[in-house]
Amino acid sequence: MSNMLEVADLGHTYGDYEAIGGLTFTVRAGELVCVVGPSGCGKSTLLRTISGLIAPSRGDVSLKGSHLAVVFQDYQRSLFPWLTVQGNVEFPLRSLPRAERRARAAEALEWVGLSAAAKKRPWQLSGGMQQRVAIARALAFRPALLLMDEPFASVDAQTRFELEDLLLRVRREHDTTVLVVTHDIDESVYLGDRILVLSKSPAKLVADLEVPLPAERDQVTTRTDEAFVALRSRVARLLNVGGKPAVDVEKWAAAERESLSETVSS
Amino acid sequence: MRAFTRGLIGIAGFLALWELLGRSPLLPADSLPPPSVVFGELVRQLISPDFISHVVATVLAVLIAIGIAIAIAVPSGLVLGSVPAVRHATRAVIEFLRPIPSVALIPLALVMLGFGPETKITLAVYAALWPILFNTIYALDELDPLLVETSRVFGTGRVGVLFRVALPSALPFVLTGIRLAATTALIVLVSVELMAGADIGLGYFIMEARSGPGRMDQVLVGTVVAGVIGVLLNNGLERVRRRWVAW
Ligand SMILES: Nc1ncnc2c1ncn2[C@@H]1O[C@H](COP(=O)(O)OP(=O)(O)OP(=O)(O)O)[C@@H](O)[C@H]1O
Ligand SMILES: [Mg+2]
Repeated sequence: MSNMLEVADLGHTYGDYEAIGGLTFTVRAGELVCVVGPSGCGKSTLLRTISGLIAPSRGDVSLKGSHLAVVFQDYQRSLFPWLTVQGNVEFPLRSLPRAERRARAAEALEWVGLSAAAKKRPWQLSGGMQQRVAIARALAFRPALLLMDEPFASVDAQTRFELEDLLLRVRREHDTTVLVVTHDIDESVYLGDRILVLSKSPAKLVADLEVPLPAERDQVTTRTDEAFVALRSRVARLLNVGGKPAVDVEKWAAAERESLSETVSS
Repeated sequence: MRAFTRGLIGIAGFLALWELLGRSPLLPADSLPPPSVVFGELVRQLISPDFISHVVATVLAVLIAIGIAIAIAVPSGLVLGSVPAVRHATRAVIEFLRPIPSVALIPLALVMLGFGPETKITLAVYAALWPILFNTIYALDELDPLLVETSRVFGTGRVGVLFRVALPSALPFVLTGIRLAATTALIVLVSVELMAGADIGLGYFIMEARSGPGRMDQVLVGTVVAGVIGVLLNNGLERVRRRWVAW
C-alpha cells in the first residue's frame, strides 16, 4: 500500500513558543489514523501544517495529491453565514454541474440527518447541527485525504455514535484516507486503524499503535471486545502516567516498552 | 407598534411647537410660516409639474452620485483592504482628503467643471465615497481568517476568495456605508444647488423661492421635501440591508 501522507521531523514554533517538537509518521492510503494528545499539545497546529495553511518551522509534509478537506475544530466559524446550509455544503463543489452539486449536497445532508435544515442559515442551527454541516461539507467533497479536528465534540452521545459509524462507512465506500484528532480515547480506539499518541507541548510522538480490531466495528460489541478494552487502557496510561500528565517523553516511551513486554510475556 | 405611536406623538408635538412659534409675535411676520400654511402650499406644489421636476432632478442626481460612489469606493476598498502595501502608500493622501468638506470644493469644481449637473454630482460623489470606502476596508479587516482558510483548503484561489468570501462577508458593512453615503450625498447636492446657481433641483427651488418672491412657505416646502427624501433613502436602504443580509 502506498503512503498518502508522510510527515518527517515536523516541528513548529510560534514566535519563541515551540508547539510541535519533531514528529515523524506516515499514513497509508485508505487508512484511518486517530491522533490523541493532551489539550494544547499542538494537534490543531499539526493539521494546519498538513493542510498547507501554515508552513512548518522545520521538517517536511508530503501529500499524495491535494484533494483534501478539513473539518475545523472551530466549525462554527468555518461556515459561511451568508449561505444556506445547502450552499455551505455545495461550496467546495463549484467545478461540478449544478445538478450533481445538488445531489451530492442532498446526499451528505441526508447522511448527517440534516435534510430538513437545508434551506436554513448556519446561525439558525444549534452547535451540534452546525458541526454536522461542517462534516457534511467535507464528506460531500469526497476528498482523498480527510482531516478532522475533534469533529464530534459538540454532538450528543447518540448522534456521536451515528456519526462515527457514518465516517467508517463513507471512508470505506469512497476509499478515503482519514486523520482524526480526538480527545476521546474510546473514540480513537473505536474509529482508528492506528492511533498516534502525542506528548504535551512541544508535541512528540509517544506511541504509534496498531488497533488490533477487525475492520467491521459495532458500537456495542466492539466496545466490549477485550482488545478494545486493553488498548483503551493502554492509551489512557500513555496519556496519563500515574494519574498525572506525563512530561517526560522518555519515561512514556519506557512505560510503553514495559506494557509491550507485558503483553508479550502474558 | 408602540415605537410607531411614540414617533407619531413626537411629530405631533414638533408640529404644534412649530405652529405656535410661527404664529407668535416674537418672530418677524412671515419669517416662519406655520405648518398649517406650509402643508397647504405643499399640496399645491406636489401637483405642480415644475416642482416635481425639481424633486426628480435632485433624486436622480442622488441616485447617480451613489451609483458612481459605489463603483469607485467598493473596488478601491477591496484593494486597500486586502493589499496592505497599497493601503500604507495611500494612507497619507486619504487622511488629507477625507476631512475636506465637499462644500469647500465648490469654487474649484465650478472652475473645473462649469455650472452643469456634473459639478454637483461630482461633489456629491466625493462626499459619498468615504463612508463606503472606509466601511469596505473595515469589513475586510473583520473578515474571519478561518473562512478564508476554509475556502483555501477546498482549493479556492485568490480571486475566488475575493469574490466568494471577502465580498459577501463585507456586504453588510458596505450596505451600511452606502446608507450613510446616501444621506451625505443628498446634503451635498442640495447645498450645491443652493449655493452654486444651478438651474434645477430642490436646492435651486428653495433659493428661488427666497430670493425672488420671498415665499418662506415655499422655502419650507422645499426643506420638508428634502427631509422626507432623506428619511426615505435611509429607511429604504436599511430595509434592503435587513432583507438581503440578515446575518
Ligand atoms: N497562532 C498562534 N500563535 C501563537 N501560539 C499559538 C497559535 N496557535 C496555537 N498556539 C499555541 O500552540 C499550542 C498548540 O496549539 P494547538 O491549537 O495546536 O493545540 P491543540 O492540541 O489543538 O489543543 P486543543 O486540544 O485544545 O485543541 C498552544 O499552546 C497554543 O497556545
Ligand atoms: Mg485543537
